[in-house]
Amino acid sequence: MIEKVFKGNSRYWMWLAFLSAFVGVGAICYIRQYLFGLGLTGMGRDLSWGLYISQFTFLVGVAAGGLMLVLPYYIHNYKVFGRLTILGEFLAISAIIMCLMFIMADIGQPLRGLNMMLHPTPNSMLFWDMVVLLGYLGLNVICAWVILTAERKQVKPPKWVYFFVYLSIPFAVSIHTVTAMLYCGLPGRHFWLSAITAPRFLASAFAAGPALIVIACLVMKRVANFDAGKEAISKLTTIIMYAALINAFFVLLEFFVGYYSNIPGHKHSLEYLFFGLEHHGVVYNNLVPFMWTSVMLCFGGLGLFAYMKIRKVGTDLMVGIGCGMIFFALWLDKGLGFVLGGLVVSPLHEIVEYYPTANEIGITVGIWATGFLLVTLMYKIAVDVEHEVEA
Amino acid sequence: MDKQRRKFLKVAGATALAGISAPAVVKLTSSPAIASSEHGAAADAHGAPADAHKAAAHGAEEAPKGVRLGLLVDMRKFYGKPELLDKAIAACHKVHNVPQIDNRKSEIKWVWKAPFENVFPEHSNSHSSKIRKENDFLIMCNHCDEPPCVRVCPTQATYRLPNGIVAMDFHRCIGCRFCMMGCPYGARSFNWENPRPYIKEYNPDFPSRMRGVVEKCNFCGERIALGKEPACLEAVKESGAIVFGDLNDPGSEIREVLDKENTIQRKPSLGTKPSVFYIV
Repeated sequence: MIEKVFKGNSRYWMWLAFLSAFVGVGAICYIRQYLFGLGLTGMGRDLSWGLYISQFTFLVGVAAGGLMLVLPYYIHNYKVFGRLTILGEFLAISAIIMCLMFIMADIGQPLRGLNMMLHPTPNSMLFWDMVVLLGYLGLNVICAWVILTAERKQVKPPKWVYFFVYLSIPFAVSIHTVTAMLYCGLPGRHFWLSAITAPRFLASAFAAGPALIVIACLVMKRVANFDAGKEAISKLTTIIMYAALINAFFVLLEFFVGYYSNIPGHKHSLEYLFFGLEHHGVVYNNLVPFMWTSVMLCFGGLGLFAYMKIRKVGTDLMVGIGCGMIFFALWLDKGLGFVLGGLVVSPLHEIVEYYPTANEIGITVGIWATGFLLVTLMYKIAVDVEHEVEA
Repeated sequence: MDKQRRKFLKVAGATALAGISAPAVVKLTSSPAIASSEHGAAADAHGAPADAHKAAAHGAEEAPKGVRLGLLVDMRKFYGKPELLDKAIAACHKVHNVPQIDNRKSEIKWVWKAPFENVFPEHSNSHSSKIRKENDFLIMCNHCDEPPCVRVCPTQATYRLPNGIVAMDFHRCIGCRFCMMGCPYGARSFNWENPRPYIKEYNPDFPSRMRGVVEKCNFCGERIALGKEPACLEAVKESGAIVFGDLNDPGSEIREVLDKENTIQRKPSLGTKPSVFYIV
C-alpha cells in the first residue's frame, strides 16, 4: 500500500513540497540546537520547560482524540464512523510520532534517550508515559495497517486484530491520563497540583482530536473526493461541542477553587494567564491576550455549532471554521497556557516570563510540519485504498 | 459481526486491560511499603522491626537508624556579613567546578543567597523585622528524606544514598529536567550550554560537567568520603555559622544545636522532610 504515496496530482506534490520546506527549516534549527545545547531556546533555570513540552502535551491529546471515532464504531456499533476510524488511527500515529520528536528535541542529552529503557524506573511518571505512548503507537500501527489491508482485499479483518482494537481504547485514555500525571503530582506547583488535570486533559483532547479530523475530512472532500458523510460530520461536531463544554466547565472549577479559597498559590497562575500578575510593582501579563483569544474562540465555535444545529443550517465552510476555532482555542489553552502558566512563579517565588527563541520556534514548526506530512501521506493511502475498493 | 461476539470482545477487552494494568496497580499500592522499607531494613538490622512501620503509619517520628546527614545554617552569625555568605558560596563553587555564567537564564548555582521572602515563601512576610528584610539567606539542596526529584527521575540518575545525600549521576542524566520540575526549592541547575569555558579555576579533584545535564549541591559527598567537612562550612569555619553532621546521632554537634535552638525548614508542608535547618 506504501506505493500509493508516490502517485498523486500536482496539488498533492505542491502540498508535500510546502511542508517539506518547513521540515527542512526545523531540521537546520535542530542541528544548531544539537551542536550548541538547549541554551538556544528561551528556557532557563527558573523556567526549564517550554514550548516543546507544551506541544508534546497538546499532541498527546490529539492522539487520544481518535478514541472518539474508534469507541462509537467498535463498542457501540455506530456504523456511520466506519470510514473514519482509520483516519483517527492514522492521526494518532502521526501525533505520537510528533510527541516523541518533541521529547527528543527537549532533552539535553538525546543520545542517552535509551537510558529510559536501560534503567526502567516505575516510580517516574515519565517512564510510564513512555510505556503507554509506545504501546498506543504500536497498537495503532497494527490496527490501522491490518484493517486497511483487509479492506483493500475486501475481506473481513482477522479476528485477532479486534483484541488490539479493544486494547487501544483504554490505552487512548491512559496516554493522556499519564501525561497529566507528569504535572499533577509535583509538590509546589500549585496550578498543576489538581486532581482535575487529567479529566480536563481528556475533555480537551476529545474536542481537539475530532476537530482536526473533521477539518481533514472537509479538506479531503474538496481535494481527494473522499466524503465522510453528513451524518458522521454532524455527530462529530456534537461530540466536539460536549467535550469543549466539559473542558470549559473544568476550567471554571479551577477558577472557583482558586478564587473562593483565596489561597495565593492557587490563584497566581490563573491571575497571570487571564488578568496579569502583579509582583513588586510590575505587572506580568504576556499571555493574557492569548488566553482571552482562546476563550473567545472556544465560545465562538460553540455558538456557531449551536446555531447550525438549532437552525439546521450549515455549510462545510461553517463547520470547518467552527472546528478550526475550537482546535485553536484548545491549542492556546493547553499547548500554551497550561505549561507556561504553571511555571510562571518559580519555586523561589520569582516571576519569570518565557519568550521562545526563533530557533526554538523553527524546530517547533518543523515538527508540526513533519506531523502534517505524515498525516498527509497516511491519509493518501487510506483514501486511495477506499477509491480502489469503490472502483 | 453478530451481537454475541461483540459481547465477548467487550469482556475480553476489559479482562486484558485488567491483566495489563495489574502489575502497575500492585506497584502503586505497594509504593508506601517501598518508601518505608528503608526504615524497615534499618530497623531489622537493629533488631526492632515491628514498630518501625507502625510508628511511620501514625505520623510519629520513626526511631532514627543509620546515618542521615544534615546541615544547619545559623543565620544569626551571617546577619550583617554578606561577605561571609559570599565566601561560603565561592568555596563551594570553586571546589565543584561550578561555571560562573553571569546570565540569569543560564546560570548554575549549587549554593547561593536570596531574600527571606523567596527562601521561605510559606512563612509570614508581613511586618518582618529589619534584620530579616536587610539580609540574604543561604540556600542549597535540602537533601530531602522524601525527595520529589528522585521520585520523578526516569533513569535513576538522581538517587538517595544510604547516608541521606541526594546524589546525581551526571553520566546517566538524559537532561529531561523533570527533577527541576519536581524540586519545590529550585535547587537544581541545568547546563544549557557547554559549561567548561566558564570554569575559572579548574579543580582536577572533581569532575566538570558537560552540557545537557542537571546538577546541584551534593552535600560534599566526595569530601565527606575523605573525612573532610563540606566546603561551605570549611570556608566559614571560624564563625560557626554552618553545622554539619548526623541527624540520627543524638550526640552529634548538629543534634545538640537542634535540641537547644528553635529551627525552621523550607516549605515543611510539602512533606519532603528537608535535611537543611535554619536558625533565623
